[in-house]
Amino acid sequence: MSKRVFYFLGVLLALGVLLAACSGSAQTSSNPQAVQTVVVTVESNASSGYGTTLKAVKERGYLICGVNAQLPGFGYVDKEGNYKGFDVDYCHAVAAAIFGDPSKVEFRPLTAKERFTALQTGEIDVLIRNTTWTLTRDTELGTNFAPTTFYDGQGIMVRKDSGIKSLEDLEGAKICVATGTTTELNLADQMAARGIDYTPVVFETADQVFGAYEEGRCDAVTTDKSALVSRRSTLKNPADHVILDVTLSKEPLGPVVRQGDDQWFDIIKWVVFATFTGEEMGITSQNVDEIKASTDDPNVKKFLGLEGEMGQKLGLSDDWAYNIIKYVGNYAEIYNRNLGPDTPFDLPRGLNSCWTDGGLLYAPPIR
Amino acid sequence: MMNREPKQYSSGEVLAPPTERYTILGWLHKNLFSTWYYTLLTLVTLYILYAILKPSLIWIFTQAQWEVVVANLRLFMVGQYPKDQIFRIWLALDLLAFTVGLAWALFLPKERRVGAVLVIIPLLLASLPFISSYSRINWILFAAIGVAGWALGRWQPKKMRRPLIVLMLGYFPILILLISGFEPILKLVKTNYWGGLLLTMLLAVVGITLSFPLGILLALGRQSELPIVKTFSILYIEMVRGVPLVTILFMAQLMLPLFLPPGMKIDNVLRAMAGMVLFAAAYMAENVRGGLQAIPKGQHEAAWALGLNGFQTMFYIILPQALRNVIPVIVGQFIALFKDTSLVAIVGLLDLLGIASTVLAQPEFIGRQREVYLFIALIYWVFSYAMSYASRRLEVALGVGER
Repeated sequence: MSKRVFYFLGVLLALGVLLAACSGSAQTSSNPQAVQTVVVTVESNASSGYGTTLKAVKERGYLICGVNAQLPGFGYVDKEGNYKGFDVDYCHAVAAAIFGDPSKVEFRPLTAKERFTALQTGEIDVLIRNTTWTLTRDTELGTNFAPTTFYDGQGIMVRKDSGIKSLEDLEGAKICVATGTTTELNLADQMAARGIDYTPVVFETADQVFGAYEEGRCDAVTTDKSALVSRRSTLKNPADHVILDVTLSKEPLGPVVRQGDDQWFDIIKWVVFATFTGEEMGITSQNVDEIKASTDDPNVKKFLGLEGEMGQKLGLSDDWAYNIIKYVGNYAEIYNRNLGPDTPFDLPRGLNSCWTDGGLLYAPPIR
Repeated sequence: MMNREPKQYSSGEVLAPPTERYTILGWLHKNLFSTWYYTLLTLVTLYILYAILKPSLIWIFTQAQWEVVVANLRLFMVGQYPKDQIFRIWLALDLLAFTVGLAWALFLPKERRVGAVLVIIPLLLASLPFISSYSRINWILFAAIGVAGWALGRWQPKKMRRPLIVLMLGYFPILILLISGFEPILKLVKTNYWGGLLLTMLLAVVGITLSFPLGILLALGRQSELPIVKTFSILYIEMVRGVPLVTILFMAQLMLPLFLPPGMKIDNVLRAMAGMVLFAAAYMAENVRGGLQAIPKGQHEAAWALGLNGFQTMFYIILPQALRNVIPVIVGQFIALFKDTSLVAIVGLLDLLGIASTVLAQPEFIGRQREVYLFIALIYWVFSYAMSYASRRLEVALGVGER
């Protein structure tokens, strides 16, 4: 026995002794990377000043974008291992505006809890992760919110045959809701304000909430409308369920940047506005080259960088907006690709329509 | 030392007790229907099994839609690891096959099961209908290299001993180098592209490999007579054991970056790895301490009487016996650590569990929770069971519990 154990021990011992060497080499292996990251962060942490973020991003050669990796339609990893989704497309749009290449972006999947830390410490350049714009977040967290890219709101889904048409019809109903969320509080506030009695049936996760609703344990289910729509598509007979035309809360979702670098804030704002403007002008990734070659409209010319040197005022090249439209598309294209009629969600545009169609998307003029 | 033959100690001197033999009916009667209440219990259990298994099997084979797993297989296995660099993971696996094959020939020539694991399992995987031909070829290659390593070991047992030990010790750094790459020969693959089972395995392997020696050091520190070392070890062990792993991970992901001096940043995968190692080391220390305290004082005294110094006593006499005694506990902890890696999913890393939730967000596969979670549960089970099985074989080989 002793010899065998001796061998076993010898291996163990040597392992322990070599451990320092092992971990040493493990470190060297990731060292180039570490060095790279450190260099990057020296700049981005110093980025409390004007223009520093753009400079750091350009020197690094790619944008680091904080996203949600687990939200249908907004951010997920597809079969090929590429990030896809509505928020992800806005990361690509920022990269296209800066580099003329939408692929120059690195994604950092973030949970709801760590997203603001990652932004504050300079781990990411911009946070585009279905983040609701509120006063507290805008002020206390040291962040700035770019224009809202998606107007969400809490909605209620019921069975079609229940005959429920409005909140008042929910008197005495059982409503499934996830516990500990603002959703639960919003529901309580709204129902109390209208004096409607109801029984909340609370669950820990969204899966449980919708599982219970499908089993008929409650008459209605409530969460953000975008989530209601995507969840409805997974129910057995989606057509049997209807989302009421009421909104219990405002959830404006948009990109977030650190306070202190106004140039970077401007860039993110105008990238969002460029996608709005593209739709308003009817410029799509399909016809943008054609329009650029033939247009006489001074507004379009300014937008596509043919005159006015608009991009330089942002610190970008003049064809920044052209690149966004060309490589990522205008708002309608981004929306339809991720949430529109060709997707399982088929989410109506609603508030997220261009102002000319009665929606809230309104970009200041580019001039 | 060099021409040592593996010796069988238990055969020859002691005969095993005679085994009882039954016919099938006799066995059934003895084990399942010996009295009326056993009969009742057997029937009730059989009915419960039937009631649970029937709908499960019907669902698994007829209703479940497994395309979600097939279509995302690469994502589950390696996450976003670049497609053109996957050969490096195969290279690491091939090296593992070679090492295991060699070790099989040199250390465990009688263990047929190792051969089965090394040859049959990869060939089984290669014959799965839905994997790509690239993976198929690589699994066959894996088996071939394993057999080649075994053949080499059989052919040149003496010459291969030293290379094998070098391989065993060097495998971990080589693995990390292969996966992360080193410029300019191998392209650097950043940790945010590590995902799926690959990330889970790396977290577990790093956690296990580094926490083990660290734990031994802490255990020795706790037994030490130097007051500072002892106090530090006790403080560390008790503090770490007093907080849940998820708290440590949250600290590493959320608090640490805020405390670091400006301009300094640690990669978030490394932060998670460090958290796991530091956490596991504290538990490992207590396991090892249990083993150390089980060694009678006579062993120390005998070692001293032979003129061994403190270091020699510890590393040649005490630790080998202590560690041997706690193998089951240590392996149990490794299994727990392997499963605990899934906690990194809640700090935003795309390990096996994290990648499962992102797969579930793909528009074409919304609502496929059951299939996806069942699949990853199977993967976790296979690896945990394999570890537990290997530990039992190791105990048998080392004769734990026989004396």
